[in-house]
Amino acid sequence: MKNKLFFFAVLPLIGFLSCSKTGDYSKIKAAGEPEHGDVYVASSIGDASYLNPILATDSASGDINGLVYNGLVKYDKDINVAPSLAESWKISKDGLKITFYLRKGVKWHDGRPFTADDVEFTFRKLVDPDVRTPYGSDYMLVKNFRVIDRHTVEITYKEPFAPAIESWMMGILPKHVFRRGDFNSNPANRSPVGTGPFRFREWKTDEKIVLEANPDYFEGRPYIDRYYYRIIPDQAVQFLELRNQSIDEMGLTPDQWKAYPEFFRAYNKFRYPSFSYTYLAFNLKKPLFADKRFRQAIAHAIDKKEIIDGVLLGMGRPATGPYPPSSWAYDDAVKDHAYDPEKAEKILTGLGWSRRGKDDILKKDGKPLEFTVITNQGNKLRSLTAEILQAQLRKVGIKINIRIIEWSSFIHQFVDKKNFDAIILGWSLSRDPDQYLIWHSGQTGEGQYNFISYSNGEIDKLLIEGRRTFDVKKRKNIYNKVHRILAGDIPYVFLYYPESLPVIHKRFIGPEVAPAGLGWNFHKWWVSKSNQKYVLERY
Amino acid sequence: MLGYTLKRLIHFIPVVIGITVITFLVMHLSPGKPTDAVTDMNAKITQEAKLRLAALYGLDRPWYVQYFNWIKRLSALDFGNSFKDGRPAIKKILERLPATLLLNFLSLGLILAVALPIGIYSAIRHRTFFDKAMTVFVFIGFSMPTFWLALLLMILFGLKMGLLPISGLHSLNYAEMNLLGKTIDLARHLALPVLITGFTGLAGLSRYSRSSMLEVIKQDYIKTAYAKGLPESAVILKHAARNALLPVVTILGLSLPSMIGGGFIFETIFAYPGMGRLGYEAIMSRDYPVIMAVGTIAAVLTLLGNLLADLTYTWADPRIRYK
Repeated sequence: MKNKLFFFAVLPLIGFLSCSKTGDYSKIKAAGEPEHGDVYVASSIGDASYLNPILATDSASGDINGLVYNGLVKYDKDINVAPSLAESWKISKDGLKITFYLRKGVKWHDGRPFTADDVEFTFRKLVDPDVRTPYGSDYMLVKNFRVIDRHTVEITYKEPFAPAIESWMMGILPKHVFRRGDFNSNPANRSPVGTGPFRFREWKTDEKIVLEANPDYFEGRPYIDRYYYRIIPDQAVQFLELRNQSIDEMGLTPDQWKAYPEFFRAYNKFRYPSFSYTYLAFNLKKPLFADKRFRQAIAHAIDKKEIIDGVLLGMGRPATGPYPPSSWAYDDAVKDHAYDPEKAEKILTGLGWSRRGKDDILKKDGKPLEFTVITNQGNKLRSLTAEILQAQLRKVGIKINIRIIEWSSFIHQFVDKKNFDAIILGWSLSRDPDQYLIWHSGQTGEGQYNFISYSNGEIDKLLIEGRRTFDVKKRKNIYNKVHRILAGDIPYVFLYYPESLPVIHKRFIGPEVAPAGLGWNFHKWWVSKSNQKYVLERY
Repeated sequence: MLGYTLKRLIHFIPVVIGITVITFLVMHLSPGKPTDAVTDMNAKITQEAKLRLAALYGLDRPWYVQYFNWIKRLSALDFGNSFKDGRPAIKKILERLPATLLLNFLSLGLILAVALPIGIYSAIRHRTFFDKAMTVFVFIGFSMPTFWLALLLMILFGLKMGLLPISGLHSLNYAEMNLLGKTIDLARHLALPVLITGFTGLAGLSRYSRSSMLEVIKQDYIKTAYAKGLPESAVILKHAARNALLPVVTILGLSLPSMIGGGFIFETIFAYPGMGRLGYEAIMSRDYPVIMAVGTIAAVLTLLGNLLADLTYTWADPRIRYK
């Protein structure tokens, strides 16, 4: 690389024009000692809202908060709970008491020491009725929060609650910063002070957020000096910026990922299953769908591979149950319902449906076998899925109508009111496999997530047991069983697990796909001196 | 004159109130509420948490109570805080206004500088090749989908030739540049947006000025001016153009609200931090305080624009008097 862009340089114009586009990144080796320097430019469709982890819900805020703040614990690359601000922790035999032993010598970005008081403060805010946080539910189960000394907290629960451990991955806030003024509109929500690998530097609304390496980070100073988060609201333009090498990272759609290879000469492509799945759910309150044999027939009539090829251009995997393959709750022994239209038709005939008349649609007592699938507007993948399903089910003589509805009426007038036959939707999942809110038979009220009215005593029991068990091996057994039962019971037809398709600029050494995804070791990424694109002069 | 202006200003009050009531009502009739985007289908958030959050924002009360509270706050010139990030709505607007004004004034300047000469020259060279060519040219601009043209030019100037940045308003190292560097950087980022808004916005003004010029040059006093032996430039610029451009003044007055409005698609394409994106994103996320603030300001500006157009008329045309 002959030309470098000098930040603070007198002639930025020339710097940008000559910013190397022709660099040869093919010879980069991941060998040698990591070197400091360079800038990482990420991009996002939307701007952040609150740089405060307990108020923010959007993914842009989440990206930044994840680099600025730390939780007491975190997930390691294999999605095991690992120490972060807490060095270690102890769970009492009855599962009611969790004691966290905090790391000593950790400093906030402003130099003040991190102590147990900060943890208590964060907890008090999470359960404060005046704080606009949607995350309170998990913390309401805490009976007593006790600061034992400067570096120890003891949390007592009303009942054993295994997902509590994951809930302490919530970013811990600095008490001294928030002491003054209103919490919801505190200036610190726009200029956060955390303990994480990167310090906040600047936020230009709807343009960019700038972070810089935290030299005192307790897991070691990040090698990358600065982190830019550019807001580029249009995906096509984002892709142009990528081709121009003015951003270093982007999550691609399947068709972008399959574009000409020369677009990606300077980038490494990654693909891994995302923590989510798309499904076809039935309203089990309707007699038609209450019969498991009927749901079985539909499952056999659906060719998931064709859907994945058509909708995701093959960049996904057929789903077998409510856990993605990278989750430890996933049971690989579960066999999927094979695509077998003849078997599907045989089941339907057994249920009394038969083909009559010119339209070739199955009928019983003169009534055609017909139902409506609804999905939300603005998600192309789901409406395409609906169309492919329509053609596939038509082959076995089932007629489905498709209705696409604007998101908020879709949720409030159809899903919440259980006013539907079947819906296509997706779940983004937490790493903890607790899905009590989705499958438990007590969660069927308006606005709750078991909107299909699924009820299975055994599942109810397992879900509660899973919440009360802390031992990972035992939990794995429990959730494997949940996976198996739901796969056999077909309350949903689990359609596919889509893949995450990020690309990262080749000069960065260190990106590695693991069950936890890609960015788990971000603070260890580095660029060798000879490849650094941006130089910070006064560093 | 002063009395007339005062009377018009007093008439604004019931109109503005009416507009805000309707905006508020329509906003509440549309399904969904601000907290939905946060809470819907998020398996980490229970139904109780959803209701608690809605109550914290006062969304559990009937719409007229909410409206009454809003107008009460407005009387103290407080537009309330955004539901999205808890910041004052007016602050969010003021933050984007400079960028939007900068772009709109530059492109208006470009439009005036290009459209008026095109219109006037087309009129005096009526039905010549120039006239016809310009008609085609401005209508191509008018019917061109902005986003498509923008993407093509981005690929040409940004990606292929590497002359201009693709999107955004500032380079990443803008803060560290000196004044000259900053100016050049801004100019490079603004070049494409201004060029495109200018090109696609030519049609209106150039056609208006052409047709009113055509009317004027048929008038007797123009013949008289020629007969007096004045040179053509003096006849056209001094006698004809001054009269022909009266309607243009009206159009400029009426374009006041669109000056701060900004275009959503355009701003999204260029990743431009302007008002259009703010308004659109507020509507999509049902951010009531921001929607109401943008709506109220736009309503007031539209009314002011109308008044301004009427007043400048009397200044430009002495025959017109208001009582």
